[in-house]
Amino acid sequence: MLAIEINGLTKDYSVGFWNTRPKRALDSLNLRVESGEVFGLLGPNGAGKTTTLKTLFRLVFPTSGTARILGKELNDTSMHQRVGYLPENPYFYEHLTPEELLNYTGRLFGLGYEALRVRCRQLLERVGLTEVRNVPLRRFSKGMVQRAGIAQALINDPDVVFLDEPMTGLDPIGRREVRDLILQLREEKKTVFFSTHILSDAETLCDRVAILNRGQLQGCGELRQILSLGASITELILETPPEAMLDELRPLVVSMVRTGDRVRLEIREEANIEKAMAIALRGKAKLVSLNPVKMSLEDYFMAKVSPTKSAVTSDL
Amino acid sequence: MGRIVTIALGAFKESVRERVLYNLVVFALLMIGAAILLGSISVGVEQIILVNLGLAAISVFGLLIAIFIGTGLVSKEIDRRTIYNILSKPVARSEFILGKYAGLLLTLFVNTAIMTAGFYVALAIQKRGLALPDFSLLIAVYFILLQLAIVVGVAIFFSCISTSILSAVFTFCIFVIGNFSSDIRAFGQDSGSPLLEKMTAVLYYLLPNFGDFNVINQVAHGVRIPRVFITANTCYALLYIAVLLSGAVLIFEEREF
Repeated sequence: MLAIEINGLTKDYSVGFWNTRPKRALDSLNLRVESGEVFGLLGPNGAGKTTTLKTLFRLVFPTSGTARILGKELNDTSMHQRVGYLPENPYFYEHLTPEELLNYTGRLFGLGYEALRVRCRQLLERVGLTEVRNVPLRRFSKGMVQRAGIAQALINDPDVVFLDEPMTGLDPIGRREVRDLILQLREEKKTVFFSTHILSDAETLCDRVAILNRGQLQGCGELRQILSLGASITELILETPPEAMLDELRPLVVSMVRTGDRVRLEIREEANIEKAMAIALRGKAKLVSLNPVKMSLEDYFMAKVSPTKSAVTSDL
Repeated sequence: MGRIVTIALGAFKESVRERVLYNLVVFALLMIGAAILLGSISVGVEQIILVNLGLAAISVFGLLIAIFIGTGLVSKEIDRRTIYNILSKPVARSEFILGKYAGLLLTLFVNTAIMTAGFYVALAIQKRGLALPDFSLLIAVYFILLQLAIVVGVAIFFSCISTSILSAVFTFCIFVIGNFSSDIRAFGQDSGSPLLEKMTAVLYYLLPNFGDFNVINQVAHGVRIPRVFITANTCYALLYIAVLLSGAVLIFEEREF
């Protein structure tokens, strides 16, 4: 079953004061997220990640296109009963304590007194705020507010959780805790849709990712599939190779970088690997290593995002 | 309904925590001071002065809260982005507006009730006891509450389309003009200019007629307020509030954040 279905979602904002002109923040976005998936929406700042989430919660209205969450139209607010949302840099009523915030949020979901009491206690424990449950949020650090935000997003035990940049502003311990929390949600078969520009988080957590840049979808797929796409590069490191050997190797490699005594060669075609090895073994260079290089999400991301970025630079 | 109550109680709690009710201390000091001083400086009319002063203070303190808190009810939520958290829950936008409105109304009601109690204490001290006719002054308090309910409606309406500061300015202007709308209409009728007459008539019907809610002078002098006038003012206020809130909801439904 599809948890989230986005069809041709487009959002134009009006910019300018007198002569308003449309600025496209989201351009015909199509996405399908299966139930129980951890899905990462990646992109640099201004890519349209927050606009996507805001559109899904009707905080902004789409210029065109449609979307469904759990099979329901976006204007059906009853669907929110089964959905949790943590906004980017969340702001809550600062006069409330985390316990009061959870009570307030729970009552908006219509939770009864006893259910709410139990749920509050569980969630405060889960996000590590039990000790400070009676301290007003205005005294909280950014990381603690983020934890309170995650707790309120889970108050209704949602089927689908939307997290907008959940790791932003967190220290390494906080990030690890949020990561563990998302993994727990995956174990509970919840659908998690989160936006981030921290690629290592996406690499650790996501079943599938979509890459967004300047409002356009650059790619979408399973991480394994994406990362195996780039496995064809092999790295060969030689120590003190003679110049003549390097000249011989140059036509076979895609890059050659010298660092001190060592030279790192990148070879793409399999046939060239054997040839390069033969040359290296024939010569007097010391072979340090030969490794197939797995493409990282960062490489994939840069490959998808950089062309557009350079286009922007040339436009300027 | 449950969500409206939750939002209303949340707004009330916020007012209390933001120390809005501290104005009561100032009011209490004013009443104690007036009760002590008036007896010595105004022979025979001290009760009229105390009633005028007390009711005017209840009205002014309420008005300040209605304008300054009311105009921030929606715009502050947007500025601070707390609105994201509310509207992503199963809360309709109309429920949010109605809840916020009800919350401030509750704050004003509690505030006015405490001030009224303080006012009666001061009156009792000055008169050395209270008589049944003294409670007819409550009609003036009721009219003040109706007036405040309209002002909050105006404030929340502007709060949906503008910033807190601009909304406060607009609401204050509406309040001032609304207090003189009958005079403005009379001026138009006397001017002899058909255009001015029509314009002032439009203003008269469009803007809330706050002048009709001010019966402080009458009750201070023991003039009886007719029942039909109370009913008419109540209906007028309810109708006006309904229009304002409907307008606010319609605008808010279309707002992006």
